[in-house]
Amino acid sequence: MIVDKLQQLGQKSIAKIQGMGRATIMLFGALVAWPTPRKSFPLLLKQLYVVGVLSLLIILVSGLFIGMVLALQGYTVLSKFGAEQMLGPLVALSLLRELGPVVTALLFAGRAGSALTAEIGLMKATEQLSGMEMMAVDPLRRIIAPRFWAGVISMPLLAMIFTAVGILGGHLVGVDWLGVDSGGYWSAMQANVDFQQDIMNGVIKSAVFALIVTWIALHKGFDAVPTSEGISQATTQTVVTSSLAVLGFDFILTAVMFGG
Amino acid sequence: MTSRKIEVLVGLFVALAIAAFMLLSLKVANSGMAGSGETYMLYAKFENIGGLKVRSPIKVGGVVVGRVRSINLDTEEYSPVVAMEIDSQYNNFPETSSVAILTSGLLGEQYLGLQPGFVDETVSILKSGDYVEDTKSAIVLEELIGQFLFNRGSN
Repeated sequence: MIVDKLQQLGQKSIAKIQGMGRATIMLFGALVAWPTPRKSFPLLLKQLYVVGVLSLLIILVSGLFIGMVLALQGYTVLSKFGAEQMLGPLVALSLLRELGPVVTALLFAGRAGSALTAEIGLMKATEQLSGMEMMAVDPLRRIIAPRFWAGVISMPLLAMIFTAVGILGGHLVGVDWLGVDSGGYWSAMQANVDFQQDIMNGVIKSAVFALIVTWIALHKGFDAVPTSEGISQATTQTVVTSSLAVLGFDFILTAVMFGG
Repeated sequence: MTSRKIEVLVGLFVALAIAAFMLLSLKVANSGMAGSGETYMLYAKFENIGGLKVRSPIKVGGVVVGRVRSINLDTEEYSPVVAMEIDSQYNNFPETSSVAILTSGLLGEQYLGLQPGFVDETVSILKSGDYVEDTKSAIVLEELIGQFLFNRGSN
């Protein structure tokens, strides 16, 4: 029946909007409060270590390889036109504008986002969150807020490291292996990369992605069905939803920043 | 894991990120132009700007002295007006100077070539906001071919 279908659609939409509302209330409750730096700073530091420092290795390795592969593939095409000098701008611009923020966000969702969801979901399943509330400790302030700030702070830093390592990887392959002139690599890059237009827009992009990925991860964990199956579903959803959200927002941001 | 070790590792992480940012902004971006900061504006009216774009370089003898700030259409004469942002360390161009729209290489991007003019007592120096009177428009390939064919036809 068509009315049944309509009802299903309505049910799903209401559930989605309720989920968004709960996510907003969670974030609001975690962030809007009188700041207590002495209490919250050690918590933030711990989370910066878990979320940022432990993601460093995967970011370094994938940045290096993506830069190397970009230089290798770019060289094959550019050398056909005798335009090897443009290898530097090719590597730098694609990393700064797109690959740096996006791939970092995808890796971050897989490496740190899933861990955040699983951790918070398990806390919920083992009733640690309710236990905190019993002791008059606000779990939003104690658990959600430091993790949120750690994600938002560390992802732009990780994206920057990713891009820098990628450009060095491009140098490694392009200059040291394929024999592009080193001076040309850097000077063509400097002539084509603009601080405001390219570097700052890349940083803004990764800050937006950081917000999206961390928020989704925390919400999915906080909202998980407190069973082992529920947690595994929530973890999967974190990775899928945040990856799709990152790619969607990337298109919108690119259209706004570079489309005109 | 002791808290001291965590602090050291987080410090290392942040230092690494700062180093990456320094590398990007100093070695990758064109900080040379942004560094000196001080600029002044000159304007030039062309008949046709071809493929000139905002942020195209302005060169004197191949050296970049500034960039195109904006390109607008003059609503009275319907001719494009190019606003040029020039580094203030090069503020000695006489009003006899000329600008031409040139192309770097056969397929390269277009840029503005600024040619300093002669100086004598009656010639004043261009100040911020002045117009460069002597301009040469971009060469449009179709017009060149059209002229060539027209000349062939009349012979």
